[in-house]
Amino acid sequence: MAGLHKTDITPPRWLLAELTYACPLQCPYCSNPLAYAQNNRELSTADWKRVLTQARKLGAVQLGFSGGEPLTRTDLVELVEHARSLGYYSNLITSGYGLSEAKIMQLKAAGLDHIQVSIQASTQELNDHIAGTASFHHKKEVARLVKKHGYPMVLCVVIHRQNIGQMPDILAMAEELGADYLELANTQYYGWAHINRDLLLPTQKQFDQAEAVAQAYKETVAGKMKIYYVVPDFYEDRPKACMNGWGSTFLTIAPDGAALPCHSARELPGLDCPNVNDYSIEDIWYQSKTFNFFRGFDWMQEPCRSCDEKFKDFGGCRCQAYLLTGNLYAADPVCSKSPDHAVIGQAIAAAKATALAGEEKPLLFRNRKNSKSFF
Amino acid sequence: MAIDPDQPIAFSRLHRLQWEEAQQKYVILYPEGLVELNLSSAEILKCCDGSHTLAQIIGELEEKFATEGLSHDITAFLEVALHNGWIAQN
Repeated sequence: MAGLHKTDITPPRWLLAELTYACPLQCPYCSNPLAYAQNNRELSTADWKRVLTQARKLGAVQLGFSGGEPLTRTDLVELVEHARSLGYYSNLITSGYGLSEAKIMQLKAAGLDHIQVSIQASTQELNDHIAGTASFHHKKEVARLVKKHGYPMVLCVVIHRQNIGQMPDILAMAEELGADYLELANTQYYGWAHINRDLLLPTQKQFDQAEAVAQAYKETVAGKMKIYYVVPDFYEDRPKACMNGWGSTFLTIAPDGAALPCHSARELPGLDCPNVNDYSIEDIWYQSKTFNFFRGFDWMQEPCRSCDEKFKDFGGCRCQAYLLTGNLYAADPVCSKSPDHAVIGQAIAAAKATALAGEEKPLLFRNRKNSKSFF
Repeated sequence: MAIDPDQPIAFSRLHRLQWEEAQQKYVILYPEGLVELNLSSAEILKCCDGSHTLAQIIGELEEKFATEGLSHDITAFLEVALHNGWIAQN
């Protein structure tokens, strides 16, 4: 692309390896593509090893094993071993479902650095409802075992309207389980969460109350448990610096080998994401149309193009711009300078109306049957 | 948070200090996070091996770099490191 040379491109630091789309859970805010079930092909063990080696050579050092549920891959321990030998810091991002103490020890011996366990709520009833699978007690047990075996324990709770009222209980549960880090991730409305947004988006008041509770708790557990609070950008007036800038830091490899600048990029039209079976990671990162698409600032439209904040937020999220305005070059509509900013207010109003109406339509759970309605 | 002068300083068990060839610098790695270090910070952290106290670390580095007066900078950096959980004292 014009004006951008290979020397201006920073190397990848983060590799997200989505090993599989298979998952025993059915969370209705899943970040996998809606049509994930269309795609049954998975990279082989040898393919993944090659990807890890090539990305490490370029500079990637943080590695996330994700999915779907990465534990469903029978070669996980072998891949962890390979990652450790290359010097990665490897993170297992798991539902905890199916994780035994023997497996936790096996992964530790293979060199896994950290396990992040997700919990959907502070009560069994809501956790099992949102997960679409009875899993609450097992997840808590897994969290304890992760801690017992000397891993840093990160508990991740995705926050939305159905569990936001549990904030005090979620914080207490994390402390009781001995979490070193608690990630309170307000739902980002892409993919499945976008479809279910009217049922998931909290009201401003709910959000403000929950944030105040979480921030106050931060003080009480300082030095013991770190709390990461991921803000819901619908209630911000500036967009997030999505992925730290397109093609600057993050590289995601989907189960079938598609290389993506962010895990949601597959939903953008016309990107033609390159596959690791056809090209090396180096060629993909530096030369591909996909990774160069939104690098730099030449692609921007107004108001981003002349905005003095573009160096800070890079125009926000491309996937959100496309989902909410139909234009992938537009300013992220979260920004109050965006001419499309009203769509955010409309989304908030629609979600509130749904909540008030009481008779809520059912959540669309992430499973193969529902996925098939999208292709 | 202040450094206890009588206790040895250890690098955190929940973090990893590592040389990155591609970036030509030391980094601290932790769950889903990465801090890039300048050379002097890395030199200080490498001394945090669980057997040296603050005064010993200062002495070691002043000797290694044949200089004096590092006490203030090293103490200030280690206090930040302690606050960030990169180092620990028993």
